[in-house]
Amino acid sequence: MTPNARIPEGPIAQKWDRHKFEMKLVNPANKRKYHVLVVGSGLAGASAAATMAELGYQVSCYCFQDSPRRAHSIAAQGGINAAKNYQNDGDSIYRLFYDTVKGGDFRAREANVYRLAQISVNIIDQCVAQGVPFAREYGGLLANRSFGGAQVSRTFYARGQTGQQLLLGAYQALEKEIAKGTVRMHARSEMLDLILVNGVARGIVTRDLVTGKIESHVGDAVVLATGGYGNVFYLSTNAKGSNTTAIWRAHKQGALFGNPCYTQIHPTCIPQSGDYQSKLTLMSESLRNDGRVWVPKKQGDTRSPAQIPDAERDYYLERKYPSFGNLSPRDIASRAAKEACDDGRGVGPGGLGVYLDFRDAIKRLGADKIAERYGNLFEMYQRITDEDPYQVPMRIYPAVHYTMGGLWVDYNLMSSIPGLHVLGEANFSDHGANRLGASALMQGLADGYFIIPYTIGHYLASTKLEAVGKDHPAVVAAERAVDERTKRLLGIRGKRTVQSFHRELGRIMWEKCGMARDAAGLSQALQSIPALRQEFWENVNVPGSGAELNQSLEQAGRVADFLELGELMCRDALHREESCGGHFRTEHQTDDGEAMRNDDQFAYVAAWEYGKEGGAAVLHKEPLAFENVHLATRSYK
Amino acid sequence: MNLTLKVWRQAGPGAPGAFAEYQARDISPDMSFLEMLDVVNEDLTAKGEMPIAFDHDCREGICGMCGLMINGSAHGPMKATTTCQLHMRSFRSGETITIEPWRASAFPVLRDLCVDRSSFDRIIQAGGYVSVQTGNAVDGNALPVPKPDADAAMDAAACIGCGACVAACPNGSASLFTAAKVSHLGHLPQGQPERYRRALKMVAQMDLETFGGCTLFGECQEACPKDISIDTIARMNRDYMQASAFEPGENRKSGGAG
Repeated sequence: MTPNARIPEGPIAQKWDRHKFEMKLVNPANKRKYHVLVVGSGLAGASAAATMAELGYQVSCYCFQDSPRRAHSIAAQGGINAAKNYQNDGDSIYRLFYDTVKGGDFRAREANVYRLAQISVNIIDQCVAQGVPFAREYGGLLANRSFGGAQVSRTFYARGQTGQQLLLGAYQALEKEIAKGTVRMHARSEMLDLILVNGVARGIVTRDLVTGKIESHVGDAVVLATGGYGNVFYLSTNAKGSNTTAIWRAHKQGALFGNPCYTQIHPTCIPQSGDYQSKLTLMSESLRNDGRVWVPKKQGDTRSPAQIPDAERDYYLERKYPSFGNLSPRDIASRAAKEACDDGRGVGPGGLGVYLDFRDAIKRLGADKIAERYGNLFEMYQRITDEDPYQVPMRIYPAVHYTMGGLWVDYNLMSSIPGLHVLGEANFSDHGANRLGASALMQGLADGYFIIPYTIGHYLASTKLEAVGKDHPAVVAAERAVDERTKRLLGIRGKRTVQSFHRELGRIMWEKCGMARDAAGLSQALQSIPALRQEFWENVNVPGSGAELNQSLEQAGRVADFLELGELMCRDALHREESCGGHFRTEHQTDDGEAMRNDDQFAYVAAWEYGKEGGAAVLHKEPLAFENVHLATRSYK
Repeated sequence: MNLTLKVWRQAGPGAPGAFAEYQARDISPDMSFLEMLDVVNEDLTAKGEMPIAFDHDCREGICGMCGLMINGSAHGPMKATTTCQLHMRSFRSGETITIEPWRASAFPVLRDLCVDRSSFDRIIQAGGYVSVQTGNAVDGNALPVPKPDADAAMDAAACIGCGACVAACPNGSASLFTAAKVSHLGHLPQGQPERYRRALKMVAQMDLETFGGCTLFGECQEACPKDISIDTIARMNRDYMQASAFEPGENRKSGGAG
């Protein structure tokens, strides 16, 4: 089976406009008869719920946090791209499209990326109208900055809190609709399964995280906007609660999973300081504008950085990539840091770190100027590490940050299950094998504000849906299955904590399916993950009951799903015999250690079908055609 | 480091609560406060006891989900720092640390250290937005915003909605939270059409939620992890007063601006 991407006909620049006209509409009086369930309240979920409610649909929205305002989109620092060309520096929709396809190492769907670039300009307008306090120039107009992988200045920002401000804009729009009664919000509610009626998505089963009540909710379509699955690595820059459960449950019900192995490892994070560490903190990519990355030339050099003279330092990014230097793209910079540390030249505890040094920038520009540019980041670094980056170089190390993979969707953002739509980081997305900085916010809001409101109408208008009540046998069965699984988790009463399993899974994933992968390691992981999963179901200890606020139980359900997803990621990474973007197979590299793509055999989206009854996952391929941006080797030298 | 913790334990909403004492041993000064609690919880779980429930998510100081009263201070002793960004090097080995949930009648305890802050969402529902539908917008540069106004709006918009201001206030007032949103939107041209109506409605909702009134103690500003200034409250009061005098409409008689 080849998944049908349903890409509209016509030249790339006209596909979306033409499709918007060709899609069916639901008349205003009929919209209120339809009920759409939106799971997740981040940029994609909140913007989708608010916009569909404005159009007149009945919307229910669910989030596991105590308020929709806390979704992890809030933590995005840097900015949001838009092809406004306000800087008159040669930007255009076509250039943003081109940069994104190339940055994704030619593993994204061209038609989707073009639409994303088109819509980017509307997003900025919408957010400004909502009162998002973007940075401004003295003339009162919007300010821009540059970001990795682009030669134009197209990134809009709100200090170092762009994600927060965009999310608050979408949250406020959502609250406006809640106040009108058009959206029913269910906070502290976690989706634990998808309800299918005759193969069509018609509802979800949730657990109320305060009372423990398991409940079904039925509607006419389901929209998942539940974010990425980076926490499969245990340590990542994701929020502690970020999880894969919603999309994994949907995958087990038949939704294809696209490119699970594409993971973005961000090069500038604060290194781990001990085994107790619960998460990693990102330091904005913008620091690489002025900081220089280096390690000692000598292995095992334990001198303090100030005692190492310049001649004995290896500014390895400047050495290896002279034209991009410290501003090389994320995947390249991360791999280079790993190589230096593997070579025994890493710094700090365990040798897992490299220096990001501002000495020269402070000498050139003065400490005041550096404080003005990065003051809040320096302060955050000092708070966490107790070291003063004005005096000693920062220590950084790569960390899992974003997952380009996710549920496979067609051009209408509908998964392979009719009625199930997937938005934002939760879908396999428009970023191919590597996402460029400031593009995640753009995609989440494009999906939510400007795509799903159109495509959901087309789906509803062209589908005949039977009436489904909560007493429908499929609904009752789904609810019972969730109840049984919960009881099973609580009944094991073994000896190991949930967290210890999660940590162990994370270690396996990081070592075997992290920045560099090879067949031997991935094959080992495919042995050890099922063994760990088996032990989990025999020996996990989940205290308490299901009928109360029970954080161990919440965690246990999420880790159980990560233990299945991890295996699929390794399987996908093993099958993809090439290196592209964030997926680096050590067997496939050039003589000087660069990624080697194999376009003849792997220019496709790997869409995995869940293997029923213990069977192996089944691979389906959506071929990728590059008609506008021609396949070429990415080079940053 | 070794520490003694006195932690508020409460099985559920309305259940009786009490302090329980725990030992936290071999704590690294580089741990965050929440990582220290993780260690204690791992021990409790291994012993078959219920771990201490506390809210947290991003653990990088921006989501606003965490928030503990630590030795009587909201978010602990460090200025402008959320609980998740507080590190154990701020404490001494051998110290006893008292940990409580936010205490306010508008924030009922759900379990242990978790409270219900949905009252904040309802304050936003009352008017903390610009009524603009998706697709309505004009070009982003069509309406210039003076940089000082954009900066002042951003200062107020930095609020993370954690509730520390309420917990720190002797009156349990939500004035700083409400004023931050009123100021954020009030500084921008996009927020002008609804400016006075917004102040009226949000203040009225704040009163309905049983938050106390503001008597300008200033504790909120001290506790705020994002340094939101109490000046925002003066601004809200000004908008509220003007609105009460000149705006026709609902809610005029309810409550004070604080």
